[in-house]
Amino acid sequence: MADTTNKPSVPTRDPIQDTPHRHAILKKLNARPTIRGSVIALALLMAFVLFAPFFAPQNPYDLMALNIMDGRLPPGAESMEGSRYWLGTDSQGRDMLSAILYGLRMGAVFLSTVIGTVAGLLAAFKGGWVDTVVMRLVDFILGFPTILVALVLLAVLGRGVDKVVIALVVVQWAHYARIMRGRALQERRKEYIEAAQNLGFPSWRIMAFHLMPNCLSPVLVFATIQIATAIVLEATLSFLGVGVPITEPSLGLLIASGFEYLLSGDYWISMFPGVALLLLILSINIIGDRLRASLDPR
Amino acid sequence: MALFILRRLLQSLFVLLAVSVVVFFAVYAVGDPIELLVSPEVGQAERAALVARLGLDLPIWQQYGHFLWNALHGDLGNSFVHSMPAIELILQRMPATFELVVVAIFLTCILGIPLGMVAGLYRDAPLGRGIMATSVLGFSLPNFWQGMVFILLFAVWLGWLPASGRGPTVEVLGIPFSIFTAEGWRHVAMPAVNLAVANIALILRLTASGVVEARNQEYVKFARAKGIKPGRIVRRHILRNILIPVVTVIGMEFGSLIAYSTITETVFSWPGMGKLLIDSVYQLDRPVVVAYVMLVTLLFVVINLIVDILYAVLDPRVQLLEPAH
Repeated sequence: MADTTNKPSVPTRDPIQDTPHRHAILKKLNARPTIRGSVIALALLMAFVLFAPFFAPQNPYDLMALNIMDGRLPPGAESMEGSRYWLGTDSQGRDMLSAILYGLRMGAVFLSTVIGTVAGLLAAFKGGWVDTVVMRLVDFILGFPTILVALVLLAVLGRGVDKVVIALVVVQWAHYARIMRGRALQERRKEYIEAAQNLGFPSWRIMAFHLMPNCLSPVLVFATIQIATAIVLEATLSFLGVGVPITEPSLGLLIASGFEYLLSGDYWISMFPGVALLLLILSINIIGDRLRASLDPR
Repeated sequence: MALFILRRLLQSLFVLLAVSVVVFFAVYAVGDPIELLVSPEVGQAERAALVARLGLDLPIWQQYGHFLWNALHGDLGNSFVHSMPAIELILQRMPATFELVVVAIFLTCILGIPLGMVAGLYRDAPLGRGIMATSVLGFSLPNFWQGMVFILLFAVWLGWLPASGRGPTVEVLGIPFSIFTAEGWRHVAMPAVNLAVANIALILRLTASGVVEARNQEYVKFARAKGIKPGRIVRRHILRNILIPVVTVIGMEFGSLIAYSTITETVFSWPGMGKLLIDSVYQLDRPVVVAYVMLVTLLFVVINLIVDILYAVLDPRVQLLEPAH
């Protein structure tokens, strides 16, 4: 028993990591310069968002830090105290750079996407009448455009951060439920699930540790694109005035607040948050698009 | 076929009923319906009379029956702000929205399909790649911000196009239209393009992937082997086969464009029903919001029904009913 040298050496790496498939995908992804650009842009934006308090020249939602005399200054102008507003200020003298950095944090509605995935997952696995009810509900929600459902929900519920999150979850979980169900139905018939069932594992354990990890990849690819959708949706709802309240940071609100000054030529209030939003969406969409193209065998 | 249509009709009725229940409970049961449905300016006696007239003192299921009964008769309450039936108010604004959506669909057809064909046929050439890359930009641009950039560019800086409104309208069959005058076209151009951009990108990508798929099919190879001219292969063999899904999606997009026109109408102050919804939300004009929800649901159910039936008629391969087990 002590003689282990004759045995074939134990593979030290996870075999999945060595599949040529994985290499091919990574190679394909790497081959496009746009992909690298998008990843870098996204990483930079994320870093800005995370470290906003250190980067931003002022806290735009701390009223003490604002000086109304600095209202609507063009980019590069000097403030009353002598510091510089690189991207200009809005009507209340908020530094645009700071407001954008804070606004992006509210725009990151990753939370709703996670909740949507989990809700879809749980709903899709039960089968039987649960399956019927869930899928009819999915058909019901997907029968209407996302923006309409969210708009109507908020029109009825009223505005507020929690309500925006509710609206986002309501419109997005259905997509995940549909994808997860399709994948899980394929996967459920496989032998390892049968083996786990024969070992007497409880069904929640089979779902969470056996079935779910094997169904996640299409959901994750879809989620990258959905993150962009969620951010745009939140910004749009806030822009329309049914989203988050004015006291909360949101790119949509920021752009909306600049709209009234647009006709008088004060473009920077709306333009810079818009460019930040566009950059975020564009990089997510390019990554998602490439990811999907690389994973698709066709 | 008749069975299929009957079944879809029943489903549609069920959806409408479900929406009415959701809306009813959201407006009448969760919030204080008196606060929501009766203007805060009315006096105490009038308020009590309204409570009795609206039946708010009845048990909840009777209230719902009341609501449904009135809704079926086209009575969804009066607007506080405009003091006229909410339904009438929305129907008045509907032509403006439809006009915008139709022009946007027209733009989608004349730009999306040809560009998609080019992108699909020259997939590996710089031209095709360029079109595909631009299309990602097309659906990444946040609709409302893109509209503002248009205004800044064409209305504020260049001064070519008006920034808002519908311009002069011409009555055709008693309905005002602005697409029959040159000035009207100047007004409709920016909002319509704004509404169409994301849609063009979507149709373009759908067409391109259809072309890529069709290009390698046996019948195209056979046509090529017969010596048919490439132009004819594209027109007669590829285009015809990819058009069914594309036309279906354009049909379905009609509905989403109505929904998305809410944003466009807000940016360009276009007096359509989307703008009306947003204004009503601001002014707490609840009957209009409720009427809008019910009317748009009806519209969607009808659109989905028509698209489903058309799809089945157009493509004989679609099975109307699931095969018997």
